[in-house]
Amino acid sequence: MKKMPQLALGPIQYYWSKQKIEDFYHQVAKTDVDIVYLGEVVCSKRRIMRNDDWMRIGEQMQEQGKTVILSTLTLLEAASELSALKKTCSHSPFLIEANDIATVQILHELGKPFVSGPSVNIYNSRSLQKLGEKGLIRWTLPVELSVTELAEFQRNRPDIIETEIFAWGRLPLAYSARCFSARAENLQKDDCQFCCQKYPDGLLLSTREDEAFLCINGIQTQSARTVNLLGEMDQFVELGVDVLRISPQSEHTIDIIERFSSVLKQPQSADRFNSELEEWMPDMACNGYWNGDAGMENCIKSPAHTGTGHD
Amino acid sequence: MELICPAGNLPSLKAAIDNGADAVYIGFQDDTNARHFAGLNFNDKKANEGVSYAHQQGRKIFAAINTYPQVTGFERWKQAVDKAAHLGVDALILADIGLLDYASERWPDLRLHLSVQASATNAASLRFYHENFGIQRAVLPRVLSVKQVEQVIKESPVDIEVFGFGSLCVMVEGRCLLSSYATGQSPNTFGACSPGSAVRWKETDQGLESRLNGVLIDRYEEGENAGYPTLCKGRFQVENKIGYAIEEPTSLNTLSLLPELMRIGVGALKVEGRQRSPTYVKQVTQVLRAAIDASKRDPENFMPDAEWMNALQKVSEGAQSTLGAYARPWQ
Repeated sequence: MKKMPQLALGPIQYYWSKQKIEDFYHQVAKTDVDIVYLGEVVCSKRRIMRNDDWMRIGEQMQEQGKTVILSTLTLLEAASELSALKKTCSHSPFLIEANDIATVQILHELGKPFVSGPSVNIYNSRSLQKLGEKGLIRWTLPVELSVTELAEFQRNRPDIIETEIFAWGRLPLAYSARCFSARAENLQKDDCQFCCQKYPDGLLLSTREDEAFLCINGIQTQSARTVNLLGEMDQFVELGVDVLRISPQSEHTIDIIERFSSVLKQPQSADRFNSELEEWMPDMACNGYWNGDAGMENCIKSPAHTGTGHD
Repeated sequence: MELICPAGNLPSLKAAIDNGADAVYIGFQDDTNARHFAGLNFNDKKANEGVSYAHQQGRKIFAAINTYPQVTGFERWKQAVDKAAHLGVDALILADIGLLDYASERWPDLRLHLSVQASATNAASLRFYHENFGIQRAVLPRVLSVKQVEQVIKESPVDIEVFGFGSLCVMVEGRCLLSSYATGQSPNTFGACSPGSAVRWKETDQGLESRLNGVLIDRYEEGENAGYPTLCKGRFQVENKIGYAIEEPTSLNTLSLLPELMRIGVGALKVEGRQRSPTYVKQVTQVLRAAIDASKRDPENFMPDAEWMNALQKVSEGAQSTLGAYARPWQ
């Protein structure tokens, strides 16, 4: 029998209040999620949670039998950010998720294994192999790649490296030096007043004909649409995907985890959750990248087309 | 500080050399480089001529093979590396870890530069590429302030190149998927941002509309200058306000920073624009050559000449320019 993927909860991309974060993980502890990513990945100015707070939540998660991974910043610019990162990497009792090559280098120098998030650019097997030599034990497929590329990767990947797929959430698409949340409020980044905190699912950017297009989250730009790959479970199992990542949103994350978990237990049941899952999205659904199209497209598959073509 | 200029064809390459570029960077005619546009770039014959022309004048040619080799087509990127090596280029500009690994193993004597597409914004990242592949120079993404560039240079094991002029990427290069989200093709996968094949213009009652795969990027009233619909430079709605939510159509111009960039030890200044005309290359190269020379002669009293600024303004996107992330307020 083929192995079913594990379920992971990605790092919170937004800037929530401390109370909301504490309450959120209190709920998460009760779910079936196997892996929990903790920590700030977008902006070094977001310091409402101190290192100790993350450590404490991590320990609580571990007590509930979850595997804890500490996520790190995606864009590292200042020397101060780099030294804070080094400290985190040296002292963390948890496995670390690298979101920049700097973190890969630091962990390699420390002789610690690591996993990589979706913003570490691994587009071919030779890159994966090379990072494996540096200590990579699990990688995340870049969100813009499709099932065709995944299948090719899975054919050649080293046995020791697991594969993770970004399966639910608004897609992280871009990072900048500029804070677009501050720009929207006419504030300077250096005096941002943490305005991103007002938008627990990011700030919608629409076209001039009111089509929801992107989502502003500080220096990060996300898709307005939410990717949902729950319906691809057959292919995940067939291709030997090890972990599915759900990216947290301000509401219904626990419900979404439960639906994923239920499909993992009973793979035929995905379709019946579609309408409620779509209701829980902050905007519409998309799955274009997975199908090799523009990321924003949403292709609704007929049940006849579930094979990978690589069997 | 070296001046590195772009060329999308042989006339541009010659214009760059004739007007004082220390090195010219070029790409081949496929998706192995980040300016994969129809009718642009070098076939074998033209590349050969270009390398000879530059070498005769004692200048250098760099080959940009700076997209990410796709898992289903790695062979094509290897061939591009081999071709560049056989041409006798002076350096390869690469971004991908797998391709750097191949190039450093197959051509150990060939000089490697880390492309801006590798998104290396700090000294620890540069150490990774230096230790593993022996890169000798890195091009920094356009996201660092001058102070941060200085910090990186102090800690960097390799020579640093920064962007001096040209179209401005607002996002960290190599980490922007906006184009593939809208069109299916991105710089990382295809070597193009907001590709021309996805662009549609339409005159409507509300004005001239530009769309990218159906997404309305901008709408121009009569008398407004319409620009190429690069998707981060369109006008969008955020909380009922319509405006340039990400960035305005504008170019980076660092003339006023030249003495400062030299002082902090920038090794090379790069001009963007392999997709631009030979006239653009000629004008920008002329101005930057003169400005760099003037700044070298007398950094204390250096002031950008009004004529230089005018010339650059004319070839800027939206006819306006910015210091970009080099200046904190932009961020």
